[in-house]
Amino acid sequence: MAASNLRLSLGPILYYWSRDDVMEFYRRIADTPVDIVYLGETVCSKRNLIRTDDWFDLAERLTAAGKEVVLSTLALLEAESELKRLRRICANDNYLVEANDMGAVQLMRGRPFVAGHSVNIYNGRTLRLLAEEGLKRWVFPLELSAATLADMQSVRPPGVETEVLVYGRLPLAYSARCFTARAHNLPKDDCQYRCLDYPDGLTLSAQDDTRFLALNGIQTQSARTCSLISELDNMRDLGVDVVRISPQSRKTDQIIDIFHRCIEGGLEPAEGQRRLEHLMPVAACNGYWHGEAGMLATQTQVGTRPGS
Amino acid sequence: MLPAQVPLSGLKFCVKLNGVNAMDLVCPAGNLPSLKAAVDNGANAVYLGFRDDTNARHFAGLNFGPAKMAEGMDYARQRGVKVFLALNTYPQPGGWSRWQKAVDQAAELGVDAMIAADIGVLDYSSNRYPGLNLHLSVQGSATNYEALHFYRERFGIRRAVLPRVLSLPQVEHVVKNTPVEIEVFGFGSLCVMVEGRCILSSYATGLSPNTYGACSPASHVEWRETAEGLQTRLGGVLIETYRAGENAGYPTLCKGSFCVAGNTFHAIEEPTSLNTLALLPALQRAGVCAIKIEGRQRSPVYVAQVTAVWRAALDACSRDPGNYRSRAQWMAELGKVSEGTQTTLGAYSRPWQ
Repeated sequence: MAASNLRLSLGPILYYWSRDDVMEFYRRIADTPVDIVYLGETVCSKRNLIRTDDWFDLAERLTAAGKEVVLSTLALLEAESELKRLRRICANDNYLVEANDMGAVQLMRGRPFVAGHSVNIYNGRTLRLLAEEGLKRWVFPLELSAATLADMQSVRPPGVETEVLVYGRLPLAYSARCFTARAHNLPKDDCQYRCLDYPDGLTLSAQDDTRFLALNGIQTQSARTCSLISELDNMRDLGVDVVRISPQSRKTDQIIDIFHRCIEGGLEPAEGQRRLEHLMPVAACNGYWHGEAGMLATQTQVGTRPGS
Repeated sequence: MLPAQVPLSGLKFCVKLNGVNAMDLVCPAGNLPSLKAAVDNGANAVYLGFRDDTNARHFAGLNFGPAKMAEGMDYARQRGVKVFLALNTYPQPGGWSRWQKAVDQAAELGVDAMIAADIGVLDYSSNRYPGLNLHLSVQGSATNYEALHFYRERFGIRRAVLPRVLSLPQVEHVVKNTPVEIEVFGFGSLCVMVEGRCILSSYATGLSPNTYGACSPASHVEWRETAEGLQTRLGGVLIETYRAGENAGYPTLCKGSFCVAGNTFHAIEEPTSLNTLALLPALQRAGVCAIKIEGRQRSPVYVAQVTAVWRAALDACSRDPGNYRSRAQWMAELGKVSEGTQTTLGAYSRPWQ
């Protein structure tokens, strides 16, 4: 498979940033070598500094800048108002939609859609059934290993692309409860938008000071940043189509550049990893890929690309 | 005895008593003694699993081999109690044949319902055994009626167990907008995260409810006496420190004490149990079809006590919902067997959200 087949995507912003910060962020993204941009609020429907119309405007601008835009959607759908907003996004004719819940899959049935990593696609039979419904691309579930990906790829239906998260704090759980509000002794319905103060989530430590998780409103993330930059060659060999970078508040454009140069062959993965580690809020992890605890950081041998 | 329930395609078939639906009591059976305890104390249905990772209580010494399952089914059936089989984890390609075999066994045993979560498992079951009654497990993670429409239209599910994240009006709204019967958790250990999409456990241990059928698995738990007290760890991560005299609990990841912004507290959830006894008339009015009791990993004594209290409460509620009150004696009985001996209304109470 040709090296250029691996495309770069930028996942949705998982945090709550100010309107100016979001607009400035995407102004810069327009000039980066990222191929696909996922846009939209996926965590909390109370976050309203960027409204649905604003996301459509941004989609238009990024499309004009040559990006493939996908509109992403909430992972946890509870209220009718959330379904109403979801229906509007799903009904659009211009952009592909990323479903992050089976409710969104239901609304997209019969039309092309992307299934995000919070849609549980753990086996070939699930992948085939969703392909019948219009699945065009799926994001590999975060907790599964490279060995499982290889098995899935061997039964993947034609016309379905595979995307893997290769950089970012890992979303691990969703709740009705807002943990950021809880940390400030505030009820969820009077959260005072405290998420705005934590542009990369609020780090939670064990009592021995090990930085363990990151609270992001109703979402709980890993404190460590998943990085699979040293696995890009393996992914290419496994027939992965798209690799995803999850935005962070600092220097996402540099992160994109590092991945882009590794994909193009202008930067060694080991050097890429070294540079990335300077940009992470805490440290790196890659355990899930190796079939281990997700928080572990396993050393990978670089330059032992199978089949090369 | 309640009248027999007759399945009608696309229609809810909860039992009606005096014009209101009487909610079924669905109780945990981790082994044969627990199954008998549930049946003898008034369960309408018991749920159980095979002895492997095809169900979400994959714990050592728990669950049923073929002989015990047949014996348990006979015991329940002879007493008019239904048997539901939980097959509610997510197979990966390497393990697929084990799940497929488990579905075949469930169909062969003639269970009253199979509780499943994975789309592939549901697809296989509905194609291969069109007569097999399917329930969507809480691990299926359906929190809205659009998701339920999907599972109903594709697999003909008759019932769904809702994740423990919805408020009472939200539960009511789901019931109104789907013909699928709705079952909710009434009592037991509480997941604060939406079930089926929580991978905290595998982040620390490599094993999760989805992949392995257990959260915070015992194989990864360490207990360590230190100068600060008894420490519990999961996958090496410090979950809790107990000073002398404090009751040590199981280190479930989301119920540990952690440090956030300089404060150490139960940052995610206190070690409490869900208890919705006080809400029974409201759940009944909302059209909820069945109340589920958590705890296949608990003892037969737990199952007997909890089933007896809930039977009494459900009977009182269906007889006279207007005058129903949660009784102090019931609360005291349940308090004795609760995790951390505290109970909460969970997502049903507004401050919790």
